[in-house]
Amino acid sequence: MNTKSLRFKIVDAFYITMMILPIVFGIVLKVLTDPPTEGITITGAKIFFEIPMPLQNFLITESQVNSAIALIVIFFFCLFITHGISEKIELKRQHFAELIVEKVDNLVEENMGSYFSAYSPFIIAIMALSGVSSLLSLFGLFPPTSDINIVAGWAILVFILITYYKMKCGPLYYLKAFTEPVAFLAPLNVIGEIATPISMAFRHYGNVLSGSVISALLCSALGGLSASLLGWLPGFLADMPLLQVGIPAVLSIYLDVFSGLLQAFIFAMLTMLYIAGGFPAEEYEKRKARKRAKNKN
Amino acid sequence: MELAIGIILGCCALGAGMAMIAGIGPGIGEGNAVAKACEAIGRQPESKGAVTTTMLMGCAVAETTGLYALVIAILLIFVAPNLLVDILVETIKAL
Repeated sequence: MNTKSLRFKIVDAFYITMMILPIVFGIVLKVLTDPPTEGITITGAKIFFEIPMPLQNFLITESQVNSAIALIVIFFFCLFITHGISEKIELKRQHFAELIVEKVDNLVEENMGSYFSAYSPFIIAIMALSGVSSLLSLFGLFPPTSDINIVAGWAILVFILITYYKMKCGPLYYLKAFTEPVAFLAPLNVIGEIATPISMAFRHYGNVLSGSVISALLCSALGGLSASLLGWLPGFLADMPLLQVGIPAVLSIYLDVFSGLLQAFIFAMLTMLYIAGGFPAEEYEKRKARKRAKNKN
Repeated sequence: MELAIGIILGCCALGAGMAMIAGIGPGIGEGNAVAKACEAIGRQPESKGAVTTTMLMGCAVAETTGLYALVIAILLIFVAPNLLVDILVETIKAL
């Protein structure tokens, strides 16, 4: 087939290195800052340092560093996958890039309608960030999605978008929507409105956190089990937790890979459904038509 | 003092266990959802993809109540004891 030039290969190698380097950096950082411990420790994100701020100290935590790692990995993956893209398909990776773009465009079109077709970059960005963040736990890093602060940030962003689209027909129309179907249900509607970002954040965070807690508990349980079952083995074999080899990996397929990717998909899906559901399309069209008629006269 | 700390720890553990009773609801709900999805796929095998996606969505939404309970249980086990014991120690010092 075609021969890639040396320059092309060097740029390719640079992108791949930059995809791997942040993860290595994260692992080194974790090894250097984590004291070796016996048994299980389930803690939140470590605080690296604090930046003094007028109201409250701004904390730089493990989850922020790790989500920056995820961002860099995604950025260089995108550069790698679109490198050497051309109208006449020459590289295999272009098929993959086109597949991703087409799938996401179809998904957004199907769930949000043609008015929101410009939303597919946002949706795939949320999906990729959430998925890669959850998958960082495969490298032994702290997954940023098991920190409520990170996920709550995304949920608040989505909430702002939902409110923006609900206000497309003016603030009065937005306030009127709270008094439906009956006026005295307004407090309940307000609570339901606030519950949206909270439930989105808790759903994602709870799933990832429960996965890591269960795998930590299971690992320590397997260590104890192998100490009591295989303690009769001679020499150093008695001290080694042999049952910890392999068995946690099988569970990690469900708890880390499947659960993390499913939550990424569901977060993106709910974002689409909420934004498209909050937008009063018919009323907006009606108002637009009325405005157009007024301008003509 | 020791008795008070013991009561705090025990009650936190009991509360965490009781919070996880909420796990029954999502269990039954998701079971129903999956059963219906299996029926639907049995009736119309060609609609497998759409049914599976919708079922996973519904399961995730139904799971939320269970996850609220889980978050509360985790807070009760890992966060609340330290917090409450600190408050207790400070109160006793102030007396």
